[in-house]
Amino acid sequence: MATKKTTSSPAAAFEYAPAPESRAIVDIKSSYGLFINGEFVDPTDGTTFKTISPATEEVLAEVSEASAEDVDLAVKAARRAYTRVWSRMSGRERGKYLFRIARILQERGRELAVLESIDNGKPIKESRDVDVPLAAAHFFYYAGWADKLEYAGLGPDPKAHGVAGQVIPWNFPLLMLSWKIAPALAAGNTVVLKPAETTPLTALLFAEICQQADLPPGVVNIVTGAGETGRAIVAHPDVDKVAFTGSTEVGRMIAKTVAGTDKKVTLELGGKAANIVFDDAPVDQAVEGIVNGIFFNQGHVCCAGSRLLVQESVADEVLERLKRRMSTLRVGDPLDKNTDVGAINSAEQLAKIKELSDIGEAEGAGRWSPACELPTHGFWFPPTVFTGVSQAHRIAREEIFGPVLSVLTFRTPAEAVEKANNTPFGLSAGVWTDKGSRILWMADQLRAGVVWANTFNKFDPTSPFGGYKESGYGREGGRHGLEAYLK
Amino acid sequence: MLVRVTTLSSTTSSYGVPADLAEATSSDSSLRRFLHGLPGVDQVGAEARAASLGTRSIKTTAKAFALDLAVRMVDLTTLEGQDTPGKVRALASKALRPDPADPTCPQVAAVCVYPDMVATAKEVLGDSGVNVAAVATAFPSGRAARDIKLMDTQDAVEAGADEIDMVIDRGAFLAGRYMQVFEEIVAVREACARPDGSTAHLKVIFETGELQTYDNVRRASWLAMMAGGHFIKTSTGKVQPAATLPVTMVMLEAVRDYRELTGQMVGVKPAGGIRTAKDAIKYLVTVNEVAGQDWLDPDWFRFGASTLLNDLLMQRTKMRTGRYSGPDYFTLD
Amino acid sequence: MSTRIDVRKTYKLYIGGAFPRSESGRSYVVEDSKGTFLANASYASRKDARDAVVAARKAFGGWSARTPYNRGQVVYRIAEVLEGRRAQFVDEVQRSEGGTKRQAEAAVDESVDRLVWYAGWADKLAQVVGGTNPVAAPYFNFSVPEPTGVVAVLAPQQSSLLGLVSVVAPVIVTGNTVVVATSATRPLPAITLSEVLATSDVPGGVVNVLTGALGDTAPTLASHMDVNAIDLTGAAGAEGVDPTALEVAAAENLKRVVRAAAEEPDWTEAPGLDRMTAFLETKTVWHPVGI
Repeated sequence: MATKKTTSSPAAAFEYAPAPESRAIVDIKSSYGLFINGEFVDPTDGTTFKTISPATEEVLAEVSEASAEDVDLAVKAARRAYTRVWSRMSGRERGKYLFRIARILQERGRELAVLESIDNGKPIKESRDVDVPLAAAHFFYYAGWADKLEYAGLGPDPKAHGVAGQVIPWNFPLLMLSWKIAPALAAGNTVVLKPAETTPLTALLFAEICQQADLPPGVVNIVTGAGETGRAIVAHPDVDKVAFTGSTEVGRMIAKTVAGTDKKVTLELGGKAANIVFDDAPVDQAVEGIVNGIFFNQGHVCCAGSRLLVQESVADEVLERLKRRMSTLRVGDPLDKNTDVGAINSAEQLAKIKELSDIGEAEGAGRWSPACELPTHGFWFPPTVFTGVSQAHRIAREEIFGPVLSVLTFRTPAEAVEKANNTPFGLSAGVWTDKGSRILWMADQLRAGVVWANTFNKFDPTSPFGGYKESGYGREGGRHGLEAYLK
Repeated sequence: MLVRVTTLSSTTSSYGVPADLAEATSSDSSLRRFLHGLPGVDQVGAEARAASLGTRSIKTTAKAFALDLAVRMVDLTTLEGQDTPGKVRALASKALRPDPADPTCPQVAAVCVYPDMVATAKEVLGDSGVNVAAVATAFPSGRAARDIKLMDTQDAVEAGADEIDMVIDRGAFLAGRYMQVFEEIVAVREACARPDGSTAHLKVIFETGELQTYDNVRRASWLAMMAGGHFIKTSTGKVQPAATLPVTMVMLEAVRDYRELTGQMVGVKPAGGIRTAKDAIKYLVTVNEVAGQDWLDPDWFRFGASTLLNDLLMQRTKMRTGRYSGPDYFTLD
Repeated sequence: MSTRIDVRKTYKLYIGGAFPRSESGRSYVVEDSKGTFLANASYASRKDARDAVVAARKAFGGWSARTPYNRGQVVYRIAEVLEGRRAQFVDEVQRSEGGTKRQAEAAVDESVDRLVWYAGWADKLAQVVGGTNPVAAPYFNFSVPEPTGVVAVLAPQQSSLLGLVSVVAPVIVTGNTVVVATSATRPLPAITLSEVLATSDVPGGVVNVLTGALGDTAPTLASHMDVNAIDLTGAAGAEGVDPTALEVAAAENLKRVVRAAAEEPDWTEAPGLDRMTAFLETKTVWHPVGI
């Protein structure tokens, strides 16, 4: 046993063989209707679109494109269900439906996880360990609120708005659905929800779950489609409440659309979070937090820690450790249980990531990715880090929504705060330091709705989530999340 | 303060401490400053990372590789008051031929016994390549005068021990007397020397279950590495919790960082509580992803275990035959 | 014996703790409820609105960093000083709004009491709307309310003092700073209130007061990218403003918007928490719990 560094390799490399999760558990139909009034119905004008697997570009199913007319039918169904059934039902009974749904989400958890990974491209370990359990947890959490609304601190007799129109993104399809539907139903609203056009399948499976739960028809309506369908929901005169998660650009349009109406709105929009690492950070956990912050879900996370602010005195070391850690990330088949980074959700998103990354390079930032073999089919982008980035670079200002990290340095806590807050966004931030008083000072100074100290990208149904400034308004999760659905 | 990871030239001081670290060990206060200047370990984050490494799914060829490697890394251990020459001989025989029914089954790395059983074990193992490791220094508590610990060590080395598993003085460590712990490790390492100039390899046991915090584990790791330990080892097996995946991960981070800094490689041995092949594979995944492939070798990673071996053998058989086996098909020694 | 000629007040704007005239040099005639000339008030321009936003932004850091206890004391101090000038306000409110002296007295008294009510909220609201969240993992997680930043307020057109106090106090007591466009036709109590603010330990820039028509100031404030929220209350019944257009403009930087009710609210009703929470952000902080 020499004490010198050995150069001899072990007898054979420890290469992990593929460990794919079986697809057999999910039964994807060749085509799907719209879920209106408790039934799957064909769209009135018969328009459909295809949803594909971003990992293989294989067509998964034909999905109906809801027209304004279909949306109107869905809103009517929701209104009818609200007036005749849901608003008359006691909170206790409403809650039991939500508990049922939570249980079915758990029972069919594996199926939902596989379907989510197929349609979205995210690694199975994330859909299995994060998306689906959290979705069920949201239903459990809000189920318990349904008969306790008078204790929510929102007045002695809070009332539902009526019909909620909800539009959700493609990054966490089932989880965002649960963030929207669970509090809406608990508060006594009925729902018309549109999943994103690239990821409709788990929402359609959720519609089946509503059927299994015997949820009264019309309480939940799922209309699939693209931007036009979303616009029809937002603009529908009989929608009382609009909830949207997605880009700041679309959020702005929605805020303009509802101007002058009585519609209540909550918006959960983009971000450009700073993840701030001080010289006294628990460095190995900080590196994990950086990786989790930007490469979790391929960086398709509105609260992603896309700007690493590292104290200059330790920047080289942190970067070296980060690169070493990135070299162990496994990019590939979303259904492989060992995959850390899956497929980019769409060709369009991939093009945007590529464009901004190329701009970063053109603007002079140093680009680095670990050696990794990307599949030939599908949409892929390697985990990427840009060094030597300044606040003026576009990659430091614009939301890339992909696995791309911009690294900036700072010298003092005040400078870190100044740089972190120097953005129109304000969704989240991270702080890494072993000094307790500094954590609290930083948490106080950062203009962001969620501050993760010595951790990152943690979510919980009890924990309010939402942004400052152009990251939107309103909170989802916790007692605060009820506020959006009650008056 | 983070420890810089630039690789230095590995000039060494008289203790084998690299020049840049010699300053750190020059006095009690500088040693304390150095150890307390190491980056902290956040418990929740470390455990979450270890848990995520534990979710790797290892199949087919990778699993076959891992099982054989794990067998080769076992320090087959018996450390009981009731140990007899018969028991030790039987264990040593098993170390040579873990699965008599399968000639392709590799030998284990070593047999680990109390010093008085070294000669017995050596008789069976000879120059088979399977080492004899002896626990010394008033194992497991370490509560004895230093000269007694050193004699304990010398005795084991003279009886033919290839490896010495020493315990650190946890009382001194927890009281903050780091230099005392450091000097004792240095002294034990010197006691590992043989007349022919060679030396028994020294594993330094922290008893992490008594150190309690990962910060302490990281400090103990650096202390032991700077003092010249060839291996750092989690536990005696006599205190719960013994080896855990996150403790082992923190130690693997330490040896990785130590090599970055000094160019010197130190081995890691989790001991106690690793009973299943599934657990062992999680450890190997952790070695692979935290320290790197260089440590995937019995020279640099060991399992201190007894019952683990049979589960590894059962899994090997399952891989080979496709059938699940049972305990009746494996020897109990 | 000749009668004494009284010394009249020049009614100016209140920006950054100073009382400037409008940079445009414009003023407009303010009359009482019977159409009698009262004063030439400053006619705030777009530039004045921008200056006021700059002053409010500058004051935000310091004001929001004050302890809630301190902010509560400052708001209470406004009530004290207002009470001390009760007679003047009664006179001014009556001249602005018409009605009886008793009605004016009731409005002034309620204004003082409302300030006292809001002052008390400063160090209690965080306990009522914030708290710890029992997450299902080893983390300590808590939510605290924080001021959203610079808030533009279109004060009600009718209720020149009570309405004004009712929309400004809840904004500043939680740490926001405010640019308030007063009632266009009844601006004088607001300017006199500014004199109260200037002598009540309220730091300059925390409250900025613009008089004049909303037609110029409101669109500037609604579209200003450094304004975080806008209260459109005063757009109800105001001339020359389109609340929908203001809301559309406010969407450009996702301002928090309080819409104008169809009719001006009854300001004597219990206010509730809504006017405070509308201009608060919830910040949630996570930290691991471990050894």
